[in-house]
Amino acid sequence: MSVDAATVRRIAQLARIAVTDAEVPHLQGELNAMLDFVEQLSEVNVEGVEPMTSVTPMAMKKRQDVVTDGEIADDIVKNAPATENNFFLVPKVVE
Amino acid sequence: MTATSGKLIKGATGDWEVVIGMEIHAQVTSKSKLFSGASTAFGGDPNSHVSLVDVAMPGMLPVINEECVRQAVRTGLGLNAKINLRSVFDRKNYFYPDLPQGYQISQYKDPIVGEGEITVELDGGRTATVGIERLHIEQDPGKMLHDQSPSLSFIDFNRCGVALMEIVSKPDIRDAEQAKAYVTKLRSIMRYLGTCDGDMEKGSLRADVNVSVRKPGGPLGTRCEIKNINSISFIGQAVEAEARRQIEIIEDGGVIEQETRRFDPDKGETRSMRSKEEAHDYRYFPDPDLLPLEFTQAFVDELKAALPELPDQKKARFIADLGLSPYDASVLVAERESAAFYESVLEALSERARDGKLAANWVINELFGRLNKEGLDIASSPVAAAQLAAIVALIGEGTISGKIAKDLFEIVWSEGGDPRALVESRGMKQVTDLGAIEKVVDEIIAANPDKVAQAKAKPQLAGWFVGQVMKSSGGKANPQAVNDLLKSKLGI
Repeated sequence: MSVDAATVRRIAQLARIAVTDAEVPHLQGELNAMLDFVEQLSEVNVEGVEPMTSVTPMAMKKRQDVVTDGEIADDIVKNAPATENNFFLVPKVVE
Repeated sequence: MTATSGKLIKGATGDWEVVIGMEIHAQVTSKSKLFSGASTAFGGDPNSHVSLVDVAMPGMLPVINEECVRQAVRTGLGLNAKINLRSVFDRKNYFYPDLPQGYQISQYKDPIVGEGEITVELDGGRTATVGIERLHIEQDPGKMLHDQSPSLSFIDFNRCGVALMEIVSKPDIRDAEQAKAYVTKLRSIMRYLGTCDGDMEKGSLRADVNVSVRKPGGPLGTRCEIKNINSISFIGQAVEAEARRQIEIIEDGGVIEQETRRFDPDKGETRSMRSKEEAHDYRYFPDPDLLPLEFTQAFVDELKAALPELPDQKKARFIADLGLSPYDASVLVAERESAAFYESVLEALSERARDGKLAANWVINELFGRLNKEGLDIASSPVAAAQLAAIVALIGEGTISGKIAKDLFEIVWSEGGDPRALVESRGMKQVTDLGAIEKVVDEIIAANPDKVAQAKAKPQLAGWFVGQVMKSSGGKANPQAVNDLLKSKLGI
């Protein structure tokens, strides 16, 4: 599996990351190197083997339905570039 | 296919059939969020019900709220659906300011609930069956306000991370009436179960409606999805408007483009929302932060055993045990609160006076009728269940006539008070003392010899005497006793 330049641009667009044309070949090379690395897994025959979801046999941890968090609006918006009345402000988006 | 045929729409080239499938987003009733301990309460200050998990701060990990799992299973059981003992959470990736994680935790290939089926009530006692494709659990995104500034959007994450159930129907719905009935029934089931409050004004229940048209029996047409409709009547209007738009395009030789649209209730039309070039690509994959969700059949059985009586079961019981008509039973069970009120009335009646039909008549015709007229809901009814029960008991035991009971209802509605005491203090008791009635009957017969002669010749004219006796007794004479007495005195 390998990605072409168009796929690189598409992935960048989906993640809303600005990528210049000059950067595309470099990113394409990096992504393909990663894919090649992962591709080694396909050398193993996993016919009939159930997908493993955890290295230790454990069940999903669950919480009780209790309010234990929140009421920290000042902290929540602390790093935001723009806020007003504890709302986050972003450039206008209307679909 | 279990679809019940619906109303066809007339076009220039003949009849068209509408095919509808729906995705309902229902907010799960819980105290805290699906994967964090922040509150789900509606209407807090901006970002006050938000934890660091909800805004995806580095290092935060989701831990599932077991009550949300139970609520989803209960709902699945209420939809007569298959419960999957193992389900998987996936990441649905998209970049938008209402979603700090950059992905919504949802379920894709392995949802918690599989196929089911519900029966929905249509006009005139008809029903339709609608198949359920699946139900899965996911996170609600945050809320954006676009009208606070010309250049900025304001974002509040209080809703972000609240558990949603997405309930997907099969494309079994065939017209606007069925679409509305389907949502009404889903809402009713979830309100009985206590798994979603169904408050559409607060956004607890939103519908995405997929609409396509075809010639009856023909191949399926291309569908358009109308997003985020938040009222049952708008759902009906949106279906009608979208079906007509598609028919017009096809009949003019055009082609329907699959797209997402929005319903504008002011103009009564649907409008395109997204441009085609940016088709969504969610790149789902299993969320590595969450193990598969697994539970035992015993867990499901325990929840099943504790389910409350649901509207269909209640309706069947009202018909079988209390002798109600299917229509009356449907009216009473449609809202959980209505059924509860009716059952409180029955409970307040002694076993001997427990006349289910009479009580249903009074709850539906007098009380609901009056509440509708005044624009009140059952919770703000000035007449309590115990008071209505007392009125029903007074009629049932013959203390007051049905006509006087209406006057009594008016008094209780506007002034309150104990109906039994009111009947005493205001002298509203029906006169069943035969001697007293006989006296009145004799007086009227003696005073009207000409009418007596007429009535003897034409027995149906005896009604005039009944009216006179009732009038002179102030409506309090027992009508049956009056009838019997008159018949024997007049010899008819």
